[in-house]
Parts: sequence; C-alpha cells; structure tokens
Amino acid sequence: MDITMVHILIPALPFIAFLVNGLLGAKVIRNQAHWVATLAVAGSWVLSVITLMDVLQGKTFYGDIYTWISSGSLNVSVGFSIDQLTAVMLIVVTTVSTLVHVYSIGYMHGEHGYWRFFSYLSLFTFSMLMLIMSNNFLQLFFGWEAVGLCSYLLIGFYYDKESAAVAGSKAFIVNRFGDFGFALGVFLVFIQFGSLDYHTVFAALADWESPVVELFGFEADLVTVIALLLFCGAVGKSAQVPLHVWLPDAMEGPTPVSALIHAATMVTAGVFLVARCNPLFDLSPPAMSTVAIVGAFTSLFAATIALVQNDIKRIVAYSTISQLGYMVLACGVGAYSAGIFHLYTHAFFKALLFLGAGSVIHAVHDQDIRNMGGLFKHMKITAITFWIASLSISGFPLLAGFFSKDEILWMAYASGGVQGKLLWLVGTLVALLTAFYSFRLIFLTFHGEFRGGHEKEHHLHESSPVMTIPLIILCVGAVASGWVGLPPVFGFENQFAHFLDPVVGHPEAHGSHAEEWMVMGVSVAVGLLGIGLAWIMYGKKSDLPATLGGLAKGVPYRWLSNKYYVDELYDLVFIRSTVQGARNILVAVTDGAIIEGIVNGVPAIIARLSEKLRLIQTGVLHHYTSIMAFGVFLLFAIVISWAGG
Amino acid sequence: MVPLSWYMALSAAVFCIGVFGFLTRRNIIIMFMSLELMLNAVNINLVAMSHYLQDIRGQVMVMFIIAVAAAEAAIGLAIIIALFRNRATVHVDEINEMKG
Repeated sequence: MDITMVHILIPALPFIAFLVNGLLGAKVIRNQAHWVATLAVAGSWVLSVITLMDVLQGKTFYGDIYTWISSGSLNVSVGFSIDQLTAVMLIVVTTVSTLVHVYSIGYMHGEHGYWRFFSYLSLFTFSMLMLIMSNNFLQLFFGWEAVGLCSYLLIGFYYDKESAAVAGSKAFIVNRFGDFGFALGVFLVFIQFGSLDYHTVFAALADWESPVVELFGFEADLVTVIALLLFCGAVGKSAQVPLHVWLPDAMEGPTPVSALIHAATMVTAGVFLVARCNPLFDLSPPAMSTVAIVGAFTSLFAATIALVQNDIKRIVAYSTISQLGYMVLACGVGAYSAGIFHLYTHAFFKALLFLGAGSVIHAVHDQDIRNMGGLFKHMKITAITFWIASLSISGFPLLAGFFSKDEILWMAYASGGVQGKLLWLVGTLVALLTAFYSFRLIFLTFHGEFRGGHEKEHHLHESSPVMTIPLIILCVGAVASGWVGLPPVFGFENQFAHFLDPVVGHPEAHGSHAEEWMVMGVSVAVGLLGIGLAWIMYGKKSDLPATLGGLAKGVPYRWLSNKYYVDELYDLVFIRSTVQGARNILVAVTDGAIIEGIVNGVPAIIARLSEKLRLIQTGVLHHYTSIMAFGVFLLFAIVISWAGG
Repeated sequence: MVPLSWYMALSAAVFCIGVFGFLTRRNIIIMFMSLELMLNAVNINLVAMSHYLQDIRGQVMVMFIIAVAAAEAAIGLAIIIALFRNRATVHVDEINEMKG
C-alpha cells in the first residue's frame, strides 16, 4: 500500500522538534525544550503503534515521496518501506526514545546546554527513523551517517571536557573504517544491479548468477564481496571486533544518550542492516560464516573484558558489545528473526540497565563501583528494576532475555555441523560470563556496605519520579517483551518469528525437541551458575577475587582490565604511525616545504621583480608623455602597415 | 560647401599642435591646454564625420565629450592650483618625487 501522512509524520515530527529547539532553543525556549522534543517523539510513538496495528493485519507500505537524485542511470528517491521488520524497529526506537526523553528531563535538569541536548536527541530520533524506514540503500546510508553524527555530537556533549571530545572523535573516526566498506558495498550494488532500491535489488537476486571476481589474487563470488563490505559497516556501527574500541569510550556522553544510542538503537543498526539485506547474505555461505564467527568472537571477547571492569557504565557498555555479538551471531546462522528478537528485548533491558546506572551515578556522583555498595536500601526502585534487568539479561526463566537468548543459542546449535556446535558452546560460555559480570555489578553496587564514605552516604537518595517512572515502564518490557516470541517447545508457535517470516524467512533447524530442551536447560543452568559464582565472590565477603586476580602473577587480570591492550595496539600500529607521518611528512614536507614554499615564494619573486620594474616609474612627466606618444605612433604604424599589407 | 578633407586636415593640424605642445613644454598649464587642443581636434573630427555621414550620433557624442571635458578641466585646474600652493611652481621638471 502507499505511504500516507501517518508514515511521513513519524520521522517528520522529531525533525520539526529538532528545528524548533535548534533554532529557538538558545534564546526563546531554553529550559522548556523538553516539551517540544518529548511531545514530538511521543507523537511518533503513537503513529508507530498505529502503523504496527496495520502491519499486524498483514498490510505493508512502500512508496517514494520525493525524487532526491536523478542523474543518468542513477535515480534515488526519498521513500519509505514499512514491512514487518521496520514495524518492529519503529516500536523499539520510538518507545525507548520516548522513555529516554522523559528520563532526561530529570537527569539533565539544570545542565548547561539543556536545549542543545534535546535538539540533538530529536535529530537522532529523526535520523534513526529515516534509517530504518528507508526503501533504498542511499537513504539508509544517509540515516546511517546522520546517526553517527548525532552520536558524535552527544558523546562530546560536555565538549569542555577533553576526554569527552576525544571520545567523540574516536567514535567518529573508528566508524569511518566501517562506513568506507559500507559505501563500497553500496557502490557495488549499484554497479551490479543498476538501482539502489530494495525491491529492485532483492528481486533481481532471484535469477542472478554471481560473477566470480579476482581480488588481491583471491577469487571470490561478487555476492560475498558485497555482503562482506556491507557487513564492514555493521561491524563499525554495532561495535564488533575489531572496530569495537569506540563504544566503551562513548560512555563519556550523558547516560541517557548511552541508553538510547549506545545500547538500544543506533548500535543495533548493524544488526538491522544484516537482517535487511538478508537476501544478499543468504546467497553467500562464506559471508554468513564470517558474520557468525565475528559475532561469536565479539560476544566472548567483550564478556571477558566486562568481568574485571570497575566503571559501572563501562561494564554495561561491554555487556552491550557482547549482546550485539549475540545478535550478529544469530544473523550469521541465518536466524535473522532471532537476532531481531534479541535486539528488541535487549533494547528494553539494556536501556533499563543504563538508565538505572544513570540513576545510581546521579545519586553517588561517581562511576566506580568500588566506591559504591549497599545502595539497595537507599534507592529501592532503581535497585529492584536493575535486579530484574540483570536477571533478564542473564536469561532467568520466563523473563524477556531468556526467550531471545535461548532462541539464538538454539538456532546456533540447530544450524548444524561442527560450526553450529562451536557457536553454541561459545554462546553458552558467554551466557555464563554475562550472568556473572551482571551480578558482580549488582552485588558490588547495591549490596554490602557503602564504601564511598559517611559524608556521601548521607546524601544518597532515590531519583525523582520523572526518572524512576521510565525505569518502571522499561522494567515491564524487560519482563514481558519476550512473551511475544514463546518457543515451540512450550507448545506455542513462535509468533515473533512468524511475524517476521515474510521479510527474513527462517533457517532450517536440525534438531529434536529433546535437544532444544537440553539447550534451554544448559543456558538456564549456566545463567544460575554465573549468578551463584558472583554471589560467592562478591555477595559474601571473600578473598576469592583477590586470589583469582593474582593468578599466574596477575597476567590474565592485567590483560582483561586493560581490554587485551587493543587500544594500545591500535595506538602503536595506526595512530602513532599516522601522527608521525603527519608530523614528518605532511607538516614538514607537504605543508612546510611545498605549500608554504609556494605561498611565500610567489610574493618573494614578485617583490624582487618589481624591485627592478619600478625603476621605470621615474617620476619625470616627460618620460611618460614621450613613451605615450611613441606608443601611439607605434600603434598607428602597425595599423597602417597591416591595413596596407 | 566645405569638403570633408578640409575638416580632417584642420583636425589633424590641431591635434599635432596639441601633441607637440604636450611633449615639448614644461609649464604644466600649457601642457594642460595642449591636452584640451587634442580633445577638441577629436571633436572637430567627430562633428565633420557626423555631418558627412548624416548621422546625428557623432554630434551627440561630442556633447558628452564637452561635458566631460568641462568636468575634467575643473578638476585638472583644481589639482594644479593645489599643486602650486604646495610647491610654488608649475614647472613639471621640479615635480618628480612620485617615482619608484
């Protein structure tokens, strides 16, 4: 069906709010900026729900609204495509965005640049909606870059703090690497299919024989090249290894931003991209394997780092990277609906964890969990919602995370072969680590004695209702959002997977019900084991953490707490050589010798020339007059001889 | 009826007198007057041609030249007076400080 005003307004409302706040915020609206932004995004949420209702009845919407570029064979429109996948994303984005807006009213209260914060949030919501609603690759790319820009702006929101400014730049630059590949992938799609429209491209795939191309001496199917290049973008945006380094640093931004952009929405764009391009990925088994392995490796990698971090937001950030790895892993085994399902449940409990962390930081004014403890009795709502979110992420039975995580583990297991089993093993190990670090965080933060000093303990307080109500609403999501996708072994049809089936299809599952029960049982068991271990080590007073930290002369601990020295490695390999090169070649030779040589050389030559030339200017009037007369006669002579000849 | 060539000859003669005066004299006022002679030689030429070709545009042009020349003469004389007040001379060989 055609696009109507309802659909156009979904991204348009936040954009209008951005314009209003951006143009009038500094002088007119000031500390009332939250009204404009929050009402606009709430409006988008209502319209998204209306759209979801339509889509639930089996309607999908597709259409162009504006010709953007028309040049030769390149025709790109601004258009929307609203199918089941988009509808799910719409709900995730607008729900979390609305709640984060409300939460920010309390969290950012009285901050310098309050209106600026809300106008950025609106711009982000607009960009994200354009990204997910797009019906072509170029508009997707536009949204992709625009959310990257907003991420940069919001990470560096406290621009007078150097670490925040640096973190913003880092996020932007690291994403350049991924986006470069993404752009190349889009170019290849256009060269190969002559269009950037989803429908045209995906329809052309049906009877398309992928040509074999030679690349750096290797032969590869073109479709593999395209899929992997597109996946490069996903690796950057969804913070997969090796481009994960920007996400932990992005925690320099205000906490609501971390919840919205760096947990629930923007970072999941990579997963969305892979799911959206599933017809392309399905054609290339090597690309799929790469996706699955990158996802599994990332989830393990980040989970191990999270074990020993002490900054409350960084723990949650590494947890996010790890869970994103889960989603990518699911896409890699063809279970796109499982990946999107986890994306959807994860949005609730991870946003909740971040907002809870924000509430804690708001009370303690510190981010180091070693200086916390015993907060449970001071901030009951925050603590209880945090508990539930952590149980959910740990896969506690019947909570949201349990169903989505279980679906992914089962799909990995059932994808068959040794690879499937290995992926499942890694996934299960990650589930253990996830439960452990989540509850290490809980026990260190909310239980035991407060370690931040008596002075501070006096000031501990629960956050205001404007902050706790979003927590409670998200908590409902963290508990119940998984119930739309109850697995077949429980005697239900998986409605969520069924709903997404027209867009992403479903992989063949090799395995019996018994095996599925086994997978589920194991994941619940390791989840509980992780929680138990965390309790033994951090819930009770124990020397175990210290003992384990000192293991093998503390080498494993140092590697983990320094994040495997990846930052240092990049610093050594890329940054230092770049900076050295810039200093020695660009600054010294290109800029110093060549450009400044030209810039200073030209006037120097002219000055020396004019030194001689100005002597012609004698100041004697008769020299001028005779030269003038001589010139006139010369001209006459030339004209006459020319005409006569 | 005076033939065209007479006018041309007159114009050429006046112009040459102007050029000669402009090149040889040292008094700035004389040079200035020579300049006016050259200008009017051109005017004679224009009017003659206009009459000969039966085209009024040449005479219109002359009107403009006279108007501009009047303005130019006013400014030129003003400059000469200012110069004289400063240097107490109208001899161009003594006014040679504006050089490179």
